[in-house]
Amino acid sequence: MVRRLISMVLAVWVIATITFLLMHSVPGGPFSRDKALPPAIIRNLEARYHLDWPLWKQYVYQMYNILRWDFGPSMKYESRSVNQIIRDGFPISARLGAVAVALSIMVGLPVGIISALRHNRWQDNVAMGLATLGVALPSYVVAALFVYVFALKLGWFPSSLWGTPKHYVLPALALAGFPMAFIARLARSSMLEVLQQDYIRTARAKGLSERVVIYRHALKNSLIPVVTYIGPLIANVFTGSFVIERMFGIPGLGRHFITSIYNRDYTTIMGTTVFYSVFLVIMILVTDLTYALIDPRISIADERK
Amino acid sequence: MKTKKLVAVFLALVMVVALGAGCTKTQTTPPAQDQPAPKEPMVLRYNLGVEPETLDTAKMTGIPEFNAVLPALEGLTRIKADGMPGPGMAYKWDISEGGTKYVFYLRDAKWSNGDPVTAYDFEFAWKRALDPEVAADYAYMLYHVKGAEAYNSGEGSVDDVGVRALDDKTLEVHLETNAPFFLDLCAFPTYMPVPSKVVKANPDWHASAATFVSNGPFKLIKWEHQSILEYEKNPDYWDKDAVKLDKLVFYMVEESSTELTMFETGEIDYADNPPLPEIDRLKAQGVFKVSSLLGTYYYIFNTEKPPLNDWRVRKALTLAISRKDITEKVTKAGQLPALAWVPPDIPDAKPGPDFREVGGNYFKDNDVETARALLAEAGYPGGKGMPPLEILYNTSEAHKAIAEVIQEMWKKNLGIENVTLTNQEWKVYLATRDAGTFMIARAGWLGDYNDPMTFLDMWVTGGGNNNSRWSNKEYDALVTKARLETDPVKRMQMLHELEDMLFADGAWPIMPIYYYVDSYLMKDYVKGVYISPLGPVDFKHAWIDK
Amino acid sequence: MSYPHDLPTEYFEPLNREITGETEFARETVTYWQDVWRRFRKNRLAMLGLGMIIFLILLAAFGPYVSRVSYSDQDLTRTNEPPSRDFWFGTDNLGRDMFIRIVYGARISMSIGFVATFINLTLGVLYGGIAGYFGGKVDNIMMRIVDILYGIPIILVVILLMVVLKPGLTNVFLALGIAYWIGMARIVRGQILSLKEQDYVLAAQALGARRWRILLRHLIPNALGPILVTVTLNIPAAIFLEAFLSYIGLGVSAPMASWGVLASEGYIAMRSYPWQLFFPALAISFAMLGFNFIGDGLRDALDPRLRKG
Repeated sequence: MVRRLISMVLAVWVIATITFLLMHSVPGGPFSRDKALPPAIIRNLEARYHLDWPLWKQYVYQMYNILRWDFGPSMKYESRSVNQIIRDGFPISARLGAVAVALSIMVGLPVGIISALRHNRWQDNVAMGLATLGVALPSYVVAALFVYVFALKLGWFPSSLWGTPKHYVLPALALAGFPMAFIARLARSSMLEVLQQDYIRTARAKGLSERVVIYRHALKNSLIPVVTYIGPLIANVFTGSFVIERMFGIPGLGRHFITSIYNRDYTTIMGTTVFYSVFLVIMILVTDLTYALIDPRISIADERK
Repeated sequence: MKTKKLVAVFLALVMVVALGAGCTKTQTTPPAQDQPAPKEPMVLRYNLGVEPETLDTAKMTGIPEFNAVLPALEGLTRIKADGMPGPGMAYKWDISEGGTKYVFYLRDAKWSNGDPVTAYDFEFAWKRALDPEVAADYAYMLYHVKGAEAYNSGEGSVDDVGVRALDDKTLEVHLETNAPFFLDLCAFPTYMPVPSKVVKANPDWHASAATFVSNGPFKLIKWEHQSILEYEKNPDYWDKDAVKLDKLVFYMVEESSTELTMFETGEIDYADNPPLPEIDRLKAQGVFKVSSLLGTYYYIFNTEKPPLNDWRVRKALTLAISRKDITEKVTKAGQLPALAWVPPDIPDAKPGPDFREVGGNYFKDNDVETARALLAEAGYPGGKGMPPLEILYNTSEAHKAIAEVIQEMWKKNLGIENVTLTNQEWKVYLATRDAGTFMIARAGWLGDYNDPMTFLDMWVTGGGNNNSRWSNKEYDALVTKARLETDPVKRMQMLHELEDMLFADGAWPIMPIYYYVDSYLMKDYVKGVYISPLGPVDFKHAWIDK
Repeated sequence: MSYPHDLPTEYFEPLNREITGETEFARETVTYWQDVWRRFRKNRLAMLGLGMIIFLILLAAFGPYVSRVSYSDQDLTRTNEPPSRDFWFGTDNLGRDMFIRIVYGARISMSIGFVATFINLTLGVLYGGIAGYFGGKVDNIMMRIVDILYGIPIILVVILLMVVLKPGLTNVFLALGIAYWIGMARIVRGQILSLKEQDYVLAAQALGARRWRILLRHLIPNALGPILVTVTLNIPAAIFLEAFLSYIGLGVSAPMASWGVLASEGYIAMRSYPWQLFFPALAISFAMLGFNFIGDGLRDALDPRLRKG
């Protein structure tokens, strides 16, 4: 376990280092503008953000800042610090993400299981057909269609912005669409596998009720791919979706992962990337621990081989 | 039949009225008498579109930031509905002979925290913006002030900057050279005052609505990041009787299709840049409006890359496209075909016809015949032997559509088969353009102030924005000469000569395509909003007529 | 319950195959695939899916040669026209034939689909399989590399790729190669972690089967269900990724356009000219259904437990 924790810290450090190298090697800087700034002003700006330092010194400084968990001022939003941007945006994205993840599990999982139990019957075909078509549209199209139908034509929900519970509905649905389909299909396919395993036949042959067979034996073992998928999904969805937040005008964190790169806002790129990576490696650890919970034979610290 | 006709006539009338309302910039004097006292607060909701980068006037550079502070702050002057600078914090001013010394007399005005607005606040604000440590992007807007550039570049002293508060209410300004547009600049955010006492106590006063201090028609009361800005009427404003709105709400919805939905559901009253494919429909509904915007959309030729190092090739390419088709079929918002460089609506030396009307056009649109002849002369008759060309643009549906149309026009009109289109992400595109590793690049230029010079001085040899790498010593010399010229008529004559030189044989560094317009959606009940041809929007005189 | 691996490994000794001969498999590989094909053919939906994909491939390959207009031919007098006899799928903002553009788009998007599938099935499956099967230190290192690939902002990599390489599909394939198999690798690894503890694996080990053989012939086939689901759902994701990459400047140059690009252009025009979104979306959905039918059919056909007589 200790070894695992050390490797997680190493992974985050490697991510930060590669990100640092990448962002300093792509063309354009935070102050490249359509209208060229006079050289004196560029000099002043670079001095202010320490961009006039040699690269190694900037690297050391940024790593030091990461250790202190203080990412410094944003180079784009001059009156805000990166920590503040994360503090403002993350709770909003996380709340929306929690609703979306809950929705995709609570709908996707039962649908997948029912499809498997009704394999190749109409329930299965309808559910899987919908799941297939649902992923054939990109999320911004789904979002735009939702807004058009439910906000503009029917007027049931606000088209955008943030605040009341009603504001969650459309973005959460749009956000949950793809994972819901994925979870349903994964659950269905691994349930189908499990149902053909010998021990299920044995259980059935022993005359156990179908409920017990499914819930005690089959369900648990069919969960592994779903859990694998959900771990990083939580890290992704909780930190916000660029597309959904943009489409619905939600003041979350998701946009900053993308726009900071477009803006070459170095401090924000580094801050959001490190924040996400830490979240991600923890979620993946949780996933691995959940495996052991589902199937005690699995041990990730297994050193025998 | 008859009813149909009547309906058609009625619709046409509605459209004319609507379009007319869109084109008139503002009605400054609302009929005050027959306006009953509003029972519920009068609120205007506008989509600002993006989160402002900052509300610190020294550091802002973009239109959304200007729009965000314009309700809350006021400079020495404020642009009036006719586009000319009028009194703001200064109620009068004296200008010296030669136009290099200004003395402003300030009225008794208050910041929203109760402090008086003084001449020191201006001196402090300007010197602060010029401080190299503050590192303000737009500090160069202040370079017109004597000694400003030297101080900002770290070569001069702050004491030599030509701005000085003679007393609480008198501000003296010395300029480097004559700048006829200086009073316009005084309304510009970089020139706005800051509450010097507050700033000294709390350098981050601008970062939240709680500590922000206003001196304009409205007070900033709420700033939720990436979400909302709210202003309410400022009871201490000197001209508060002219302010009708009780409240002003700005949203920050970026996606244009969502913005359109908000407009259609009535969640906002006013929005910029409606989605291009919806323009026809919105025009038919009469909510699509345009006003003038000082800017030109153009292609830059890299004059160092063959075959574009031959001016005849550049001219041929410039003549062989139909700008009429591009503006009517592709961009659709009412842009005007550009047959010269400086856009319309910039005043000439004398009142009356503007600079563009005086200067006239330099070439004919879609002049395929001349273009073919020029191309043949350059050694590529019918496009034969033409090396491959490449058009560079930054990713956007509109830029792409225009490039696709131009590619097709060059193919049809000149027989040039091998033109590739390359799109790049914005900052990569900027880097490519600045490095000069492109052949033909899309670009747009918006004026910084209401004078032809903001379009002409960029083409000097080695200029930071002269990506064509075109160089003409005479042109450089004339720019310097025009800057020093104090006689407005002679100066304007020189500016016309400069533009002539851009389209003379041997020149043609650029291919103008169209003059921008500002397109927006506005409900008919929104009145009195002033949209400056430089971009910013002023809500001071706005009201809701429901 | 007692688990086989609780028994000390000393109790077991691999069979010496030179003595016992090949006892492990009853079937020949040839008959295995013949068997799969026979079962696949019997599945109507699977055959329909195969037909759909072959149809799209033929259309993409030969459609452009048959048509008289090109994807780039503009007619500015006939912009944004709804579907009609002249233009089956209507026209776009520059008066180009949407049908022809979709046929050309099939070339790009179908090749994206195939490349994404290929990368997933090779790199993704093998990587995940190895990490899961070998476990321990190998697993820890391999999975941390996956975490790193997850964590690095892919857009930065993409922008760099764009600067280094010339525009074209190769860029997109490269970007897919870097980022597009990690989800698969994790799914496979999770499955293998659980499967490798099952009795038949132990049996195969006891019979002296090589590790690679166990991984490729026993474990991966048993993880096929989730693998195929992941592959099929990753296809539209790859198609949309290409649209996003083309936004940054990777991919084919305009006026050529993929389905993803056509769809993302179309959605802006959704309210005024719905067909500009509908037909590209229809094309993507059609391909998706085809791939799904094939995927489901394959799963049933390959399922080792259904493989009886």
